[in-house]
Amino acid sequence: MDKFIVGVVVFPGSNCDRDVSWALEGCLDIRTKYLWHESSDLSDVDAIVLPGGFSYGDYLRCGAIARFSPLINALDEFVKSGKRVLGICNGFQILTESGFLPGALSANKNLNFICDDVELDIVSSKGGWFNNGSEKQTIKLPIAHGEGRYHCDSDTLKKLVDNELIALRYKNNPNGSSFDIAGITNEKGNVLGLMPHPERACDETIGGTDGLFTLKSLLLK
Amino acid sequence: MDQFAVKVFVRLRPSVLDPAGEATKSASIKLGAEGIKSLRIGKMIEVKIEGNGENEVREKIDLLCDRLFANTVIEDYEYSLEKL
Repeated sequence: MDKFIVGVVVFPGSNCDRDVSWALEGCLDIRTKYLWHESSDLSDVDAIVLPGGFSYGDYLRCGAIARFSPLINALDEFVKSGKRVLGICNGFQILTESGFLPGALSANKNLNFICDDVELDIVSSKGGWFNNGSEKQTIKLPIAHGEGRYHCDSDTLKKLVDNELIALRYKNNPNGSSFDIAGITNEKGNVLGLMPHPERACDETIGGTDGLFTLKSLLLK
Repeated sequence: MDQFAVKVFVRLRPSVLDPAGEATKSASIKLGAEGIKSLRIGKMIEVKIEGNGENEVREKIDLLCDRLFANTVIEDYEYSLEKL
């Protein structure tokens, strides 16, 4: 696996890119490479993480400007080839804005920026992003967002449910998300977007290791 | 080429909760304003744009609204256009 490289995208305003890289390199021994948002050459990476942060200052809407970067334009072909893309927090917002995942993320119901650990039910392990086979169907991951309220119309919600595209649901919905949704995948399963931060739960000394499985699953083909 | 001043209004769809609007409504009531039944917050975007006539400019603005200014999953938009 030593040739497998995960690209970590860096937008102006990304602030979890270093954390993702640390978690992958330091905790899982997976090689990473930072990809500047103006790059459109994805030929030497095998999977991509869109990290959290405030790309382009969250101007207009979270993820709205990032969508037009050369890198996101190149992502379409990457996704179609079946390679894996993980969008965390702002990365999830970018994936919905750019149409890789359905729905939208809007301001938390209570208007607070919520920074907390949350309990999450693993609803589907489509794409192999979560360990749904063991007894543990619930994981704990940190969230840190002001605009994480997932919204979609009823037809989309039905499609998400029917096709098992809902990956994670909050046990105690912190932000008003429709159907307690915390993370979803595309139909193929190779794109996951989630508001919680798996990269912040990769070592017992910082509160847990429930994020390791998801990051490790970037290696799946 | 004609020049137009365009005002685009972007609003959350009626079915989408507007927590910022709710908070502002609550503050408005605390200020003593009476009779507020509903308060929702949107955005107004002003654009000056050139084009060959109104139809061409409307096409450009439609594209901008649909693809960038509004996220039509949660937002509606409308605009007014004035020839300068």
